[in-house]
Amino acid sequence: MADITLNKIYVKVWRQNSPKDSGRFETYEVENISQGSSFLEMLDILNDNLIREGKDPIAFDHDCREGICGMCSLYVNGRAHGPDRDITTCQLHMRKFKEGETITIEPWRAGAFPVIKDLIVDRTAFEKIQQAGGFVSVNTGGVPDGNAIPISKVDADEAMDAAACIGCGACVATCKNSSAMLFVAAKVSQFAKLPQGKVEGARRAKAMVAKMDELGFGGCTNTGACELECPKAISISHIARLNREYLVAKLAD
Amino acid sequence: MSKGSFLNASIGRKFLMSITGLFLIMFLMVHMSINLLLIFDDSGDLYNIAAHFMATNPLIKIMEPILALGFVIHIAWSLIITYQNMKARPVNYAKTEQGINSAWASRNMLILGAMLFIYMGIHLANFWWKMKFAGDPLLEHITVKGVEMENAYALVSELFKNSVIFSIVYILGGWLLGLHISHGFWSAFQTIGLNNQIWRKRLFIVAKVIGWIFTIGFGIIPIYFMIKF
Ligand code: HEM
Ligand code: SF4
Ligand code: FES
Repeated sequence: MADITLNKIYVKVWRQNSPKDSGRFETYEVENISQGSSFLEMLDILNDNLIREGKDPIAFDHDCREGICGMCSLYVNGRAHGPDRDITTCQLHMRKFKEGETITIEPWRAGAFPVIKDLIVDRTAFEKIQQAGGFVSVNTGGVPDGNAIPISKVDADEAMDAAACIGCGACVATCKNSSAMLFVAAKVSQFAKLPQGKVEGARRAKAMVAKMDELGFGGCTNTGACELECPKAISISHIARLNREYLVAKLAD
Repeated sequence: MSKGSFLNASIGRKFLMSITGLFLIMFLMVHMSINLLLIFDDSGDLYNIAAHFMATNPLIKIMEPILALGFVIHIAWSLIITYQNMKARPVNYAKTEQGINSAWASRNMLILGAMLFIYMGIHLANFWWKMKFAGDPLLEHITVKGVEMENAYALVSELFKNSVIFSIVYILGGWLLGLHISHGFWSAFQTIGLNNQIWRKRLFIVAKVIGWIFTIGFGIIPIYFMIKF
């Protein structure tokens, strides 16, 4: 089936020269976009036009363009990663948009994710939370036998589901409180269910939550928006586990 | 409170909200059960006996300040939490479609709470203040089964019989409460960590049911007096 071509669309995009610049919206016209092209390809075409006109292209993050690295961000038409479920922006296609539509593109908005330029934000805060406890610090020694440590299928599955988090930040971007709870919950959960990770469970939960608070992310009010916008559909049940791990760890202090 | 202390941490703050919230729900369960006596005995005796019991029971005397403290903590921390959460996003989105991924009540707990607070003010002025301090001719002492007591039934029923406005205020109050709790109840369990993939569906339904029980349970009383009298 041949793809329909959008004769003209309008792209209203956030332009900001530097972290200090106050920024503003600019609206651009883009013509002849196939609905089969990806959203980022549409931005590539727009940027190509801008470069030909001698203007500054729009800065946006991307890398793998296949939904696994988490680099692409973008708040498109009021939703993190745009109008579709369980996808990153690089997996968003132009068939989700209509002829003549004005598409609004904004950077992730959160105090903890300052804008570097245009649509690119600094997500170092996630690295800092990881460095506070998102690892196993015991020496692992030699490779153990495959079945030497029995782990139930249920636990292994839950840990794997949590480990699917790609650190994209959509949870923070979409949360009305800019809370990083889903991200932190995923990182805590992927270890909490496994014997190697359990050992440092209490310390990990306390350290990562303390870092998250320190970096200025908001708190969780259980709206559940993050789970629906997370490209990996990480469940908010992991947030319940994080709360549990944290509260038990604090009670033991 | 030192920096990094439990009550200053995001999860610690929420823990206080959830514990006080669940405590307030328990109180309201008792409160609503007693109120429903209003519509099950038109002589008012049942309700008056219960109200008299609550007013004189020493255990209730102990619970009163604890209840007040529960409200104060719940409200104070709700303001702190909401302020912190707003501060976390210094620049807002120009366009957002939050309605697609979350329920209105879950996003507007402070607004619901603030309206409940106003409602509670009206409610306390209508009944509690008069029963405790100011007095009212309607409260004139009566004798039920040989015990002398205030006629609380008259005070409550006359308000709803005579004022459509107040009746509507109380029906709205019950509805706001139902909305607050339809999110608050399951949210509190999630906050305490007592939730998982299986229980979240159950808690979600229970929260909705409790919300409706409050909406109907409190709302039906003014409706009953408006229609019947
Ligand atoms: C009338 C009785 C009330 C009851 C039974 C009640 C109950 C609850 C419950 C169970 C929660 C959930 C806690 C959690 O998510 O962990 C909650 C949350 C909340 N309540 Fe209330 N509440 C009441 C009154 C109020 C009032 C008067 C206010 C404010 C003026 C208020 C503001 C809030 C806010 C802002 C939240 C959300 C906090 C969050 O999700 O982080 N509530 N309430
Ligand atoms: S939890 Fe989901 S939305 Fe949040 S960073 Fe991980 S993958 Fe992205
Ligand atoms: S560019 Fe890698 S996930 Fe989108």
